[in-house]
Amino acid sequence: MRIALFPTCLVSHFRPRVADCAEAVLRRLGHQVTRMGEGSCCGQPAHSAGSPAEAGQVGRLWLGNDLNDADYVVIPSGSCTAMLRHHLQHYLAPQEQQRLDELRPRIYEFSEFLVDVLEVEDVGASRRGRGAYHASCHLLRDLGVRSAPLKLLQRVKGLELTPLEKYDECCGFGGVFSVLYPEVSEAMAADKIRNLQASRADMLILSDAGCLLQIEGALRKAHSKRPSVLHLAEVLAGRSEEAHG
Amino acid sequence: MAERGFRKQSTTAVSDSGLRAALDHFTGAFVRMRESAQDELPNWEEMRRCAHRIKAHTMTRLDDYLLQLESKLEAAGGQVLWARTAEEASAVIVDIAGRHGCKRAVKSKSMTSEEVHLNEALQRAGVTPVETDLGEYVAQLAQERPSHILAPIIHKTRQDVGRLLAEKLKIPYTEEVEEMTRIARSTLRRDFFSADLGISGANFAVAETGTLVIVENEGNARLSTSLPRVHVVLMGIEKLLPRFADLGLFLPLLTRAATGQKMSSYVSLITGPRQQDDGPDHLYVVLLDNGRSQMLADPLMRQALYCIRCSACINICPVYKRTGGHSYDSVYPGPIGSVISPFLMGRDSHSELPFASTLCGACAEVCPMRIPLPEQLLSLRRQAADRGRSNPHLGRALRMWSFLQRHPRLRGLVLAMARTVQRLPGSSALFSRLPLLGEWSSFRSLPSLSRPGAKR
Repeated sequence: MRIALFPTCLVSHFRPRVADCAEAVLRRLGHQVTRMGEGSCCGQPAHSAGSPAEAGQVGRLWLGNDLNDADYVVIPSGSCTAMLRHHLQHYLAPQEQQRLDELRPRIYEFSEFLVDVLEVEDVGASRRGRGAYHASCHLLRDLGVRSAPLKLLQRVKGLELTPLEKYDECCGFGGVFSVLYPEVSEAMAADKIRNLQASRADMLILSDAGCLLQIEGALRKAHSKRPSVLHLAEVLAGRSEEAHG
Repeated sequence: MAERGFRKQSTTAVSDSGLRAALDHFTGAFVRMRESAQDELPNWEEMRRCAHRIKAHTMTRLDDYLLQLESKLEAAGGQVLWARTAEEASAVIVDIAGRHGCKRAVKSKSMTSEEVHLNEALQRAGVTPVETDLGEYVAQLAQERPSHILAPIIHKTRQDVGRLLAEKLKIPYTEEVEEMTRIARSTLRRDFFSADLGISGANFAVAETGTLVIVENEGNARLSTSLPRVHVVLMGIEKLLPRFADLGLFLPLLTRAATGQKMSSYVSLITGPRQQDDGPDHLYVVLLDNGRSQMLADPLMRQALYCIRCSACINICPVYKRTGGHSYDSVYPGPIGSVISPFLMGRDSHSELPFASTLCGACAEVCPMRIPLPEQLLSLRRQAADRGRSNPHLGRALRMWSFLQRHPRLRGLVLAMARTVQRLPGSSALFSRLPLLGEWSSFRSLPSLSRPGAKR
């Protein structure tokens, strides 16, 4: 299968390893992967800020990206997938809708694509450690993807999944919310981190770069080196030899 | 944005650990009670969809149903008055009190009366209003506004209440809930018997029969609406249900979503004033618009009129849970409050509220009426931005970001410069003084910028 991987702007600029890992996983499963729209954005920030002009400008640019004849567009973010699947249509002129309509049924979030389209749960990953899973809001509630990331994680050799209290409560990122109301955002991140520490996990696994920057950023600012905060793709790409032991 | 504003008020609220603990405890309890009550019903989802459709239908014919309600109410001996604004509603009720020579009013819990600032209007006219819902009673003693639509003093601990009662009622301090309830009950008993005016809201009004429905647990609404010689109901025009049979769906939907109860302790069905022995001599129903017809005109916003004020969205909201209701500076806090307050409490004064959400979607997931709250918040953000009422730094940043997206070579240059600056010592101190980046860095480290597409 030919897959165009859209890294998303946050991943391109702040955590390119997530896209590299997603690409590695898809290749390992025998698929052709090309990158699309490296460094570009789906328009979500303007959408959530209530700026339709900018949402349309940026979303339109995204639609102009070259797909290299790919069968599917795969995105390591529930939030950006939701933007393209549900919201971008509201910012386009009628004559631009066709391109989106053509693309929309082929756009998938990474874990959703693996489990629902490729029907794979075991991607041959291994990673030793104790992991807690945080469900990112838009993946969970805009796309309705609840179990796919967990199904994938359960098959990672050496990984022990530990329950995280309030795993499906927002971490306080919320895009523009994070800079408009930093005090409330901080309170939310602090509660998330408290639950995380209580879980005794040594890694937090999630599926959106927004939550990752929020939670990791708060941990690092407080000079906490642990737990590590990882995107699902980073865990699924793992093939640590000792985990087989 | 306004000087008071959500940011300022919520900043104070989140640093109050007692408040945070109280909110966390009580909202958590409400959430668990709702979840177990709705899990008992295998057809909960079907009930939600059905209720949504009934309200959708009601709103498309609201004018007809309101006239039907009016004629049924008047046939039953009640009198209907229409109020376009909050001021009109208060004036109408003050006028009724004057006409009947009423001086002492007992009130059962009504958010609509808070919305129109009725108590202040009554006091100015020389009528003493006494709140008889326990939580509202305490809020009134404390001279505070409710901070939650169902649990008005969710922000108070029982020690807070104990100290307040001791001070205001000149009684020995106690923090035993039963004892405090007993004391409030005995003072309120005297108010019920001496009152000449009863004021209530209504949870539903049935157009088919002219029946007003009040859902409560304390019995104070029944007393307020049956003992005094005059009863005034103040309700928003959206409270209508077409048929009496609709209550079979809406009552359990409300009580289960609100408190997890199969049914509340009291449900009063009021059709007209005194027939023979009991009930008031006069029944007035004030139908309030106050911005509701503006919502009705917009197909997306109209759906907020389906709200049955259960507070499920408020209890689940991760923002409300940390900021409490007073941060919203509105009678209606939380997700539903952020949607309706701009219409009911003032477009400009409350234009910031739709931004005070992470759009996590938990509210829409639990709403028994399936109100699309996140979509409504987004639409209101667009409207606020259109009228120049969103954060100016944000608007500038978005315009710059969009420009750079459209000019990739310039973007590459700007990002290269940013990467260079970020590597310099002291760069974080510089970034923390910039708008938005400063807010980000307040408790989060800035991640280092990578070069998109670079070989690694």
